[in-house]
Amino acid sequence: MDKGQTKSKAELALDQHLESEALRLREQKRLALRDLIVRLCTPFMPALLGALGFGMFLIFWEAIHLNNAQIPSPGFTFAAAVKLFTDPFYSNGPNDQGIGWNIFSSLRRVALGFGLAAVVGIPVGFLIGRFRLFQAMTAPIINLLRPVSPLAWLPIGLLLFKAANPAAIWCIFICSIWPMVINTAVGVSKIPQDYINIARVLNLSEWKVFTKILFPATLPYMLTGVRLSIGTAWLVIVAAEMLTGGVGIGFWLWDEWNNLKVENIIIAIFVIGIVGLLLEHCLIAIAKRFSYE
Amino acid sequence: MNSRTPPLTDSRTIFNSSLHQRYLLIEEVQQTFKTKKGPFVALKDINLSVKQGEFITLIGHSGCGKSTLLNLIAGLTLPTEGHLICAGREIAGPGPSRAVVFQNHSLLPWLSCFENVYLGVERVFAHTENKAQLKERTEDVMALVGLTESQHKMPHEVSGGMKQRVGIARALAMEPQVLLLDEPFGALDALTRANLQDELIKIMASKNSTAVMVTHDVDEAVLLSDRIVMMTNGPAARIGEILSVELERPRDRVALAHSNQYLDYRTAVIDFLYRKQGHPTPTKY
Repeated sequence: MDKGQTKSKAELALDQHLESEALRLREQKRLALRDLIVRLCTPFMPALLGALGFGMFLIFWEAIHLNNAQIPSPGFTFAAAVKLFTDPFYSNGPNDQGIGWNIFSSLRRVALGFGLAAVVGIPVGFLIGRFRLFQAMTAPIINLLRPVSPLAWLPIGLLLFKAANPAAIWCIFICSIWPMVINTAVGVSKIPQDYINIARVLNLSEWKVFTKILFPATLPYMLTGVRLSIGTAWLVIVAAEMLTGGVGIGFWLWDEWNNLKVENIIIAIFVIGIVGLLLEHCLIAIAKRFSYE
Repeated sequence: MNSRTPPLTDSRTIFNSSLHQRYLLIEEVQQTFKTKKGPFVALKDINLSVKQGEFITLIGHSGCGKSTLLNLIAGLTLPTEGHLICAGREIAGPGPSRAVVFQNHSLLPWLSCFENVYLGVERVFAHTENKAQLKERTEDVMALVGLTESQHKMPHEVSGGMKQRVGIARALAMEPQVLLLDEPFGALDALTRANLQDELIKIMASKNSTAVMVTHDVDEAVLLSDRIVMMTNGPAARIGEILSVELERPRDRVALAHSNQYLDYRTAVIDFLYRKQGHPTPTKY
């Protein structure tokens, strides 16, 4: 082997090394860039995908509009909504009020029926969860009545209260009470034996057991019940108002059907959806506030 | 330094002595559980007498009913037959005079460490002391278990060892006649366990309280106990042997590691557990 060849061999090795090093650096940069892009995009990904899905929905809607002119286009509906929301709180007598008043009336009914259901349902749930006797006594009637549509109770409400508004509240009360009763009862009966043992060893009074153990341990279950209730309550109010009339988003929707203003029906659907979503989110926020883990 | 008198093992000598000598008395206790397959005898013919200030450990294979016995002393369950008498009164139910340190600490997660202890303090002393005194009491016991710094943290914010300290503090704060410990260090890592055992030794020496502890750790039993109650395998478990541990107090784990006396006690317990009660028959509940 002569000297020149060995040198060139060494050079070759060096070249190879340099080349691989450069490749490695390039690759590193490429990966770093990719990581950066991924990192920057990740937080927006759900929003981007959501927007994409919504866009597809709008195209689908537009396509339906092109095939059936009775269904208004998204653009037309949006314009109608803007017009509607420029003056949400006008009032021309009981049958012609702004959309704001309609939403407000519906929310007021839900709040009343829902509040009454909480006042009655949560204590009943505690009793059922705490005392076997009470549970055995109430189980058949609760299981029988729970699957019944709250609207089936509307005539009873009309009969009892002789007016549309309390009858609608009555329907909300009926539909909200079951999840509250059942979830509270489950929460009470699911309290870990350890906590009960503490109560027994400390020999706490029934009031202390309630405030320091039963209530805090049951609170997450109770809030789940409340969340489920508000969801159904908001579903039911629309249907109840369609039947009872008066001022309210459900009645307004039905009224617009009678006026054949289809764009307003679609707006009502969106409004109902958005309000329902907001209610749910409020309750999730409250539930988070009271979770102790 | 030895605050405890050497324990007596012969039940006949104890029979005629004072209340102090028979502080906790278990007489002919039998515990049967109703199961779908008929009655299950967990404990049979249990007789034990514990002196005031004595530290007793119950050791045995899992399923031997040692926790069942502790629950009986706590009053969480009542015996099918026989009597349990504490400080001259029959145990008819649970109460703060027999405070329990649970294995899984059982702190209320919605109360801070301080509030967890305060709950017990309030229950026992609220009718004799004012709020400031109750608070001071709680702070004292938190300091005793070394938790002054983190006493206002929530249970989920502190380590497993610290949670167990709070559990011990809660029980101690009630100044119980008998302190009951149900595998208090079972869920902890070895170093934390050793640390807490040492502290428990110190606390027990300063308080001179009576204690019954369930464990399956041989070293823990020898290190802490005045007497080790070794139980036979269930079903129908009974007390197999009682070993008096006459090691000087205060006990130091490092020094004892080389002590022949310590090793003899240790061997005796291991001999009982693994030779005499070698293969526990699996029990089904």
